[in-house]
Amino acid sequence: MTSATHAAPGSAPPAAASGRLGARAEILAFLVMAGLLAALPLTGLIYPYFLMQALCFAIFACAFNLLIGYVGLLSFGHAMFLGTGGYIAAHSAKVWGFPPELAILAGLLAAGAIGTLVGLLAIRRQGIYFAMTTLALSQMVYFVYLQAPFTHGEDGIQSVPQGRLFGLFDLSQQQTFYYVVLAVFLIAFLLIRRIVNSPFGDILKAIRENEPRAISLGYRTERYKLMAFVLSATLAGLAGSVKALVAQNASLTDVHWTMSGEVVLMCLVGGLGTIFGPVIGAVVIIAMQQYLAGFGQWVLVIQGVIFIACVLAFRRGIVGEIIAFAQWRGAEKR
Amino acid sequence: MQALYGQLVVGLINGSFYALLSLGLAVIFGMLNIINFAHGAFYMMGAFAAYFLLNWAGLGYWWALLLAPLMVGAVGVLVERTMLQWLTGLDHLYGLLLTFGLALVIQGVFQNEFGSSGLPYAIPAELRGAQNLGFMFLPNYRAWVIVFSLVVCLATWFVIERTKLGAYLRAATERPELVRAFGIDVPRMITLTYGFGVALAALAGVLAAPINQVRPLMGADFIIVVFAVVVIGGMGSIMGSIVTGFALGLIEGLTKYFYPEASSTVVFVIMAIVLLVKPNGLFGRTA
Repeated sequence: MTSATHAAPGSAPPAAASGRLGARAEILAFLVMAGLLAALPLTGLIYPYFLMQALCFAIFACAFNLLIGYVGLLSFGHAMFLGTGGYIAAHSAKVWGFPPELAILAGLLAAGAIGTLVGLLAIRRQGIYFAMTTLALSQMVYFVYLQAPFTHGEDGIQSVPQGRLFGLFDLSQQQTFYYVVLAVFLIAFLLIRRIVNSPFGDILKAIRENEPRAISLGYRTERYKLMAFVLSATLAGLAGSVKALVAQNASLTDVHWTMSGEVVLMCLVGGLGTIFGPVIGAVVIIAMQQYLAGFGQWVLVIQGVIFIACVLAFRRGIVGEIIAFAQWRGAEKR
Repeated sequence: MQALYGQLVVGLINGSFYALLSLGLAVIFGMLNIINFAHGAFYMMGAFAAYFLLNWAGLGYWWALLLAPLMVGAVGVLVERTMLQWLTGLDHLYGLLLTFGLALVIQGVFQNEFGSSGLPYAIPAELRGAQNLGFMFLPNYRAWVIVFSLVVCLATWFVIERTKLGAYLRAATERPELVRAFGIDVPRMITLTYGFGVALAALAGVLAAPINQVRPLMGADFIIVVFAVVVIGGMGSIMGSIVTGFALGLIEGLTKYFYPEASSTVVFVIMAIVLLVKPNGLFGRTA
């Protein structure tokens, strides 16, 4: 926990202890993760469909974490970008007959465009107001999709064709599609890691720690915040687009505020401001929903309880605790 | 014209609920620095408390108006003592996340027990019927809701802005350590403030029970509109919350009459415009 700095109004939630493992440990962890994910469907233990869903949510959670973990902005409306990506990708694939790569591109760009508009409005307020503003704007987007004819309201866009990626890979083959989704996820993951570790990312972290000081050093923090917001929205749109093709439908569930809450929960469980936290959080939450699917509304209750427990006792999340433990061990040795 | 007046009354009713809820949010935010996401859930609990009192204890509307806010307010006190008090000193956002989780739990439990459909709650006998105002018929109950909410809002404003208790409260909002040094039990004040804000939400729930049905999710989407109202008004001023609440209810009613397609989005559009023109809200102080 960064201890002294969080007194500034509207400041970031304190990220996990200095946020990261050593560079070598991080590369090792990445290779293990990529290897595991590549080998898992071959074992036949887990449905590829479930894994694809989990990977889409992992992209979504990583995109969200870029904003809360590294800029300290809690968006409570990220479902609007996930949903926009999904709707546009599904519509362009089904009605306009786009091939999958173009459908995904369309969804991602649409989410980025909405992200620009929302970002321009929302970054005018900080802290708690930022969260309420994004939530309200996403509710507006929800109502627009509820009424717009192309989304088919409550029914959603059904039986979206998956097509052939670049005319080569037949995505209706589940195995093929799985490795495509895995590739997309790994690219998105590395991109976010690159962003976070770049000079641009350093400025974002400076804004998180102390925005007035960043301004006094001559940075136009508004621009950096907007840029981060648009990047995050675009990546969330990517998650939504791929998810729509995987599930072959796009529906109102993905735009609803409960989805915005879910992604917060994923990052919180995994560890805010850690690179691997959102991935683990997404897998944990999706697996939990899968196992508890028969219990109806109790899933929401359990998610609520996890929320409360995490905030009260477990603010660093799974990965944050691991990092803290490793650092504590490291300190013991010395 | 009849339809227009009808929508205006509906607008004012919604405005009363916006005012009561955003007032509670503002009072809680002032003392605890927490945005109470569970506010919509407490509003729903108020309506359910009225329903329970009637069907399980045989106590009617007037008793509910008194007892439901006290019961739900007590739940609020419990929540503050067991959970929220541990968040002092942490970032605001944790309060938002915790109360969001709380809202999920409360709404989920009620949904499991009562499903998603509405339970009926009758208008009390004394307030049935309507007045002929010449240009329209005004149902008595609706007039009562508007007048009573206005009275409660103004009384709250009076207590906070014009009494000694309110002066302590405002002082504790600004400089809690200093007020503590004068021997005032600030933690207890914080607890009671949270209970009071929650009770206001429950009161709105009782008032809403005969109009909207008693539903587990009646507050879930509603609270998001109230958040937009709060962003528009800014939480700096008590009177600001009241005025913004009623005004936005009216505007929503007008939109329902002139352009119904936009009635669910108009508050959010206004919020966007206000953010462009006056980023701190109409009554907000610079943060």
